[in-house]
Amino acid sequence: MEAATQQTTETTNVARAIDIESISRGQKLNLADETIALEVKDFNLFYGDKQALHGVNMTIPKNRVTAFIGPSGCGKSTLLRCFNRMNDLVDSVRMEGDLKLYGDELNAPSVNVADLRRQVGMVFQKPNPFPKSIYENVAYGLRLQGVNDRATLDKVVEKSLKGAALWDEVKDRLHESAMGMSGGQQQRLVIARAIAIEPEVLLLDEPASALDPLSTLKIEELIHELKDRYTIVIVTHNMQQAARVSDYTAFMYMGKLIEFGATDELFTNPKEKQTEDYITGRYG
Amino acid sequence: MVTNSQHISQQFENELQDIRSQVLAMGGLIEQQVRVAIEALMTGEVELAHEVIAADEQVNEYEMLIDEECTQIIALRQPAASDLRLVIGILKAITDLERIGDEAVSIARMALNFSQKDRPKHNYRELQVLGHHVNGMLRDALDAFARLDVEQAIKVAAEDNEVDVEYEAIVRQLITYMMEDPRTVSRAIDMMWSARSLERIGDHAHNICEQIIYLVKGKDVRHMTVEEVEEKVHEDD
Repeated sequence: MEAATQQTTETTNVARAIDIESISRGQKLNLADETIALEVKDFNLFYGDKQALHGVNMTIPKNRVTAFIGPSGCGKSTLLRCFNRMNDLVDSVRMEGDLKLYGDELNAPSVNVADLRRQVGMVFQKPNPFPKSIYENVAYGLRLQGVNDRATLDKVVEKSLKGAALWDEVKDRLHESAMGMSGGQQQRLVIARAIAIEPEVLLLDEPASALDPLSTLKIEELIHELKDRYTIVIVTHNMQQAARVSDYTAFMYMGKLIEFGATDELFTNPKEKQTEDYITGRYG
Repeated sequence: MVTNSQHISQQFENELQDIRSQVLAMGGLIEQQVRVAIEALMTGEVELAHEVIAADEQVNEYEMLIDEECTQIIALRQPAASDLRLVIGILKAITDLERIGDEAVSIARMALNFSQKDRPKHNYRELQVLGHHVNGMLRDALDAFARLDVEQAIKVAAEDNEVDVEYEAIVRQLITYMMEDPRTVSRAIDMMWSARSLERIGDHAHNICEQIIYLVKGKDVRHMTVEEVEEKVHEDD
């Protein structure tokens, strides 16, 4: 009886010793405490006469996942594509304002676009592996840079495929065609290809919208693992996905940035009525 | 922030409307339970007490029904922002409502005890005052819920302090009775239990008001003084 009482007391003391802070899921995020990777300042973008982005101001923090959400045509993909100058390919595009990566203007004439795209990788909605072997897909970026040393390539391919959580599934068929993989595997292969050249920033444009729920979860898990090493910006139509994977969320509407803040705050207590209406599925 | 815009999904809109109405219906029943239990205590009418005890089953059914519907909404609709806060706030508020129902039953049982004893001269007047007070709090809390009225919720929450003072006064008075005349001990203890139940109802009404503030403003105001609550609620006005 006495022993039992003593044990109860000990248990209580142990319970008391647990620090509440350590149980809660990490500390609150605050933009002001972050290192800035990308900075957008008074940014306007026009397709011909039509203005697609209106005075966007935001800072995207380093080694965090930032999600862009908003209805179709709100400008989120347009903004994402500016970060590695994909809009250069569109003739009628005109831009005003600043876009900086670690303080350097992205649109400056001195910037080598190929270098920039090496620093800022991009993954699209539809997996787009090259019609080559799995191995060659991942090694492609390095070969472009002139790396042909077999041992180096082997190492990078293995590391990248492991980084993209694909290694165990494909290690025995590295030299088979990538076109024979499932959609979810192809998407992870494309991510492996993007991280093989060790970019600073990964842009993901609807990376999971063409995938089944399980493959989607694998991509989300991967995003979570990758954020230690990369700054990730993701555009998604799936709000639950944005809520699950991102640290910060930007809500855009009609080319304007309406609200930008920590994801858990934005999804439980948004400041702007338009954000509230959008994430709860109401008429604006 | 709570918006008045309609959901694109009318079905979802209806489901949220449904749980709100059910909470109000449950609240109406609880209010009646408390009122009748107090009346049973005051008048010694045995039937009234039995009525309250029998109706508790309905209270429990309401709790389980609303619980189930909230779970369904979370699973099927994945509510966000104010919708999420509404569902979570309701889930917590109905626990308090159900416990108020349990306190009403305790009071009704005390009324049955009292009915077998002689009625004292003071006729439990203090309990009547306290009962009236907490029932008013409950009514105002439900009213604040119906209108999503944060100011009224703060006001009701503040009243809990007065209820606590009244309860302390009753306890002190009962101790005096017991010391003066030990033959009153048995009855005084029953009165103490009744007063305790009433005081607990005030606490639960207070908790419901905190949930109202949370679901309207998105601010957690539990474990705060009235002044702190006021300050937090109005910090970004």
